Amino acid sequence: MSLIFSADKCTLCGACVDACPFGVLSLEGERLSIGEGCTLCGACVEVCEAEALALPEAEGPSPRPGVPLGGIWVFAEQRQGRLAPVALELLGEARRLAAELSVPVAAVLLGDRVAHLAPELFRAGADKVYLAEHPALAEFVEGPYAAALTEIAARFGPEILLAGATYVGRAFIPQVAAGLRTGLTADCTAFALDPERRLLLQTRPAFGGNIMATIITPRTYPQMATARPGVFKRLADPCPGEGEVVRVELGSLTAAGPCTFVGTVEEIRERLPLAEAEVIVAGGRGLKEAKHFRMLEDLAELLGGAVGATRAAVDAGWIPYAHQIGQTGKTVAPKLYIAVGISGAIQHLAGIQSSDFIVAINKDPEAPIFKVADIGLVGDLFEIVPALIAAIRRERE
Amino acid sequence: MLKIIVCIKQVPETDKVRLDPETHTLIREGVQAIINPFDLYALEAGLRLKEAQGGQVTLLTMGPPQAEAALREALGYGADEARLLSDRAFAGADTWATALTLAQAVRKLGGADLIFTGKQAIDGDTAQVGPMLATILGIPYVAWARKLTWAGDGVLEVERLLDHGYDALRVRLPAVVSVVKEINEPRVPSFKAKMQAKKAVIPTWTLADLELDPHEVGLAGSFTQVVRVFPPPARGESEIWRGDPQELAARLWARLKELGRR
Amino acid sequence: MDYLLTEEQQMLQDLARRIAYEKIKPARARLDEAEEFPWEILKDLAQADLAGTIIPEQYGGLGMGAFENVLLLEALSEGCVGVAVSFAASFLGAYPIMLYGSEEQKQTYLPGIAQGNTLAAFALTEAQAGSDASAIATTAAKDGDAYVLNGTKQWITNAGVADVNVIIALTDKAKGPRGASAFIVHKDDPGVSFGKKERKMGIRASVTREIILEEVRIPKDRLIGREGQGFIITMKTLDLARPGAGAMAIGLAQSALDEAASFAKERHQFGQPIFAIQAVQHMLADMAVRVEASRALVYAVARYIDTDPKDFSKEAAMSKVFATDMAMQVAIDAVQVMGGHGYMRDYPVEKMMRDAKILQIFEGTNQIMRNIIGLALSKEYTKKK
Repeated sequence: MSLIFSADKCTLCGACVDACPFGVLSLEGERLSIGEGCTLCGACVEVCEAEALALPEAEGPSPRPGVPLGGIWVFAEQRQGRLAPVALELLGEARRLAAELSVPVAAVLLGDRVAHLAPELFRAGADKVYLAEHPALAEFVEGPYAAALTEIAARFGPEILLAGATYVGRAFIPQVAAGLRTGLTADCTAFALDPERRLLLQTRPAFGGNIMATIITPRTYPQMATARPGVFKRLADPCPGEGEVVRVELGSLTAAGPCTFVGTVEEIRERLPLAEAEVIVAGGRGLKEAKHFRMLEDLAELLGGAVGATRAAVDAGWIPYAHQIGQTGKTVAPKLYIAVGISGAIQHLAGIQSSDFIVAINKDPEAPIFKVADIGLVGDLFEIVPALIAAIRRERE
Repeated sequence: MLKIIVCIKQVPETDKVRLDPETHTLIREGVQAIINPFDLYALEAGLRLKEAQGGQVTLLTMGPPQAEAALREALGYGADEARLLSDRAFAGADTWATALTLAQAVRKLGGADLIFTGKQAIDGDTAQVGPMLATILGIPYVAWARKLTWAGDGVLEVERLLDHGYDALRVRLPAVVSVVKEINEPRVPSFKAKMQAKKAVIPTWTLADLELDPHEVGLAGSFTQVVRVFPPPARGESEIWRGDPQELAARLWARLKELGRR
Repeated sequence: MDYLLTEEQQMLQDLARRIAYEKIKPARARLDEAEEFPWEILKDLAQADLAGTIIPEQYGGLGMGAFENVLLLEALSEGCVGVAVSFAASFLGAYPIMLYGSEEQKQTYLPGIAQGNTLAAFALTEAQAGSDASAIATTAAKDGDAYVLNGTKQWITNAGVADVNVIIALTDKAKGPRGASAFIVHKDDPGVSFGKKERKMGIRASVTREIILEEVRIPKDRLIGREGQGFIITMKTLDLARPGAGAMAIGLAQSALDEAASFAKERHQFGQPIFAIQAVQHMLADMAVRVEASRALVYAVARYIDTDPKDFSKEAAMSKVFATDMAMQVAIDAVQVMGGHGYMRDYPVEKMMRDAKILQIFEGTNQIMRNIIGLALSKEYTKKK
């Protein structure tokens, strides 16, 4: 299957050549040449004003079945009786989507003795909670979690199934999608609906955030996506804490699968987990020494936030890897991101672009961080940060 | 003897792929095709396990014909053999269709004790192919391993990263394991292995070789479909402030309060 | 410039560069500050098969020649000369065995060196015998089936970390230089000890110590070649090593030029990048010319050596003296271009300047190089008359 090219419409403008992320398009004489390696990503189709390029229509392996009636589901990730914030964020998003489709919202709660969490899920927007309790679900292991969610979804038929793109979600949700023989879009940052075709428009960054792609699951149900924590908003006004709890007995689960939980060997100790923080103060190479992170910790504490770092700072051994933000570290989406002594390598920017508001402090006015910052302070961080800390303290006293 | 398969992907060096701020088109000048950096950790994990327990490491990739270069490079690290899955029909595959194609190749290889994948590919960042592959093959999947200990008798102990910290698991092989960067420091390639890799015969398996139906693979076999690609939303204009540090700090604090950020 | 490398040579250079940029560069400042021996990097080089670059294939090496050796040492020195010296010193210890060793000695020592499991060192210099190597006082007395060695070798690179040391000692004091012989002494032979680690201006990742030999009794089959061949072996070894020193100089100088030129592009003064200031640009231009000229000479000499000429002392000395004097000058200029930044340890050029100095001193000072060249010229012009 290959890209459809109508030579008669082509104006040889070259826009598609520039747009191709894989470099397989080239203009050879009077004709566009499509080389080996096309992945049918559609980037060229998007930029072609002459409509000379098109993606082939895929013939599905199976016709689109009737719309399942289970509504929109959210996987209610919990650990040791505490819900992951992203589950509540996604219930908020599910409510908004459900209103457009006129369907109910349900949460799926897996664990061992977790029934007490149901009211919190109702308040966050769920009409219904599917609850499966089993000793094999006490701690997260891919196999039992995938088996449980696959079975519940197969039995009750959601139209859409969302989960947080946490380490847990990203580990087992793909197995659920494979088990249900349906599509899955990873790490979405926006959802919308095509109401006519009842399609969930799933938007996500690709190429390290350098381009965005909107993806659909046109032929199968449920339409599944994982969503980036911290991006979607919880309901501003909580719903009443009541609804239907559907207890599901899972015959298939046993504790003695091929993969078993042994124990937690290390908890990551942080004042506040980065992924959950609303304010992040992050430091880079410009901090020069490990001890200067102390200053960032002070500022973070005053702002009720967490401390992050660039790869350069982590590689220099100034701060542990758990604090690393960016392409090879964590992706964060705080309300406020303060970049201190960070030049703004593209890999780092990839991890912070969902932040609501970015402040950059750097002495190099040419630093790329200033291009993405809402406010950029050009100056010596060793003067500005202490002054900021002093200003906040002065006012609070 | 352990049969180890390492799945790799050839990707564009994404830190060089960016959009022209003026024209919003992709600038790919000087963008090279490389082995997905996370896959080198998977390869190292496979090689170390082989060296410790005895076995064979087979590389697997699906991609266009030029993806052979990635396999050849990976052979330079000391893997024993490689297979390229390449066919026009595979183009446009989503993670499901990719996993399905890889699964068929694994079966054709006679299965494996362990299949290693990197954490994710840096172009798509999905981390979906590994777990889907495990489900299609009907074997366990363990994500984000940072430490592997051979417990003997076909059992592997895995320490893995989750949001809260590190958990230990025991998994009975065969299994698919994805590894994170912390697991090891990948070795440098060896000159002799590179020389051998240059001459190595890398079989290409096509749709027909894998005995798959064209409707199952590539774009046709994909459950998801890309409908639009566009540049990330531009932020508002940056404000650049200069001047006395004390004044800058005071001004910033005033603005943060005004924004209600705190 | 394109020096028409073969595919194999290109691959060797790429691999060495990769290690220089991915492994050595990130570690060099730490190794320098802590004066720490680069064990990890030597392991990487061994893993890459590069420890065997010059060792013949039948002993597990790559069987490559002087030119490949030069490409390798140049690439590693783009990362750090201290690391390159630690690595190359092992070749210095391997050459005598390769050139003059018995088949048994080759089989015993060369595979280990090729695999990187064995580190080697070469020990000539003594307190009273620097440039005047004929003044050595270490002795080796024959005693039945053994030799007994006594004396102290000074400033020996890799002493204490090398498992195998080639020691030049007098077997016949009366014969002067013709009474010197070469012996293989193990690190753990009884009577062998090492002095304290010297504190050096540069190449601080490398280890330099004394080797102290007190009644060291070794079997007679540790003699390399015949008695009295010690100085021939030394001269041949150093002749082979000198283009390597030149190669390190090119690598260092190229790296210093890269740092200075990139800095000059970014640093703004008088409202423009300093690169645009002619005084700076001319310095960079001169540096570039010198580096390229040295590279051309060193490459040419190495390729000449690979044609197996009878005597190449003059050419080897030329490659060493020209390239290492150049590296010193380029390193100084790189610091100058970068001004105050160049003088700070935050930037790598001050280290390069310190490292460059040793290249003019070791493996025969550059004054000795000129003696060698002068002597050869004198002979040539005498013949011509």
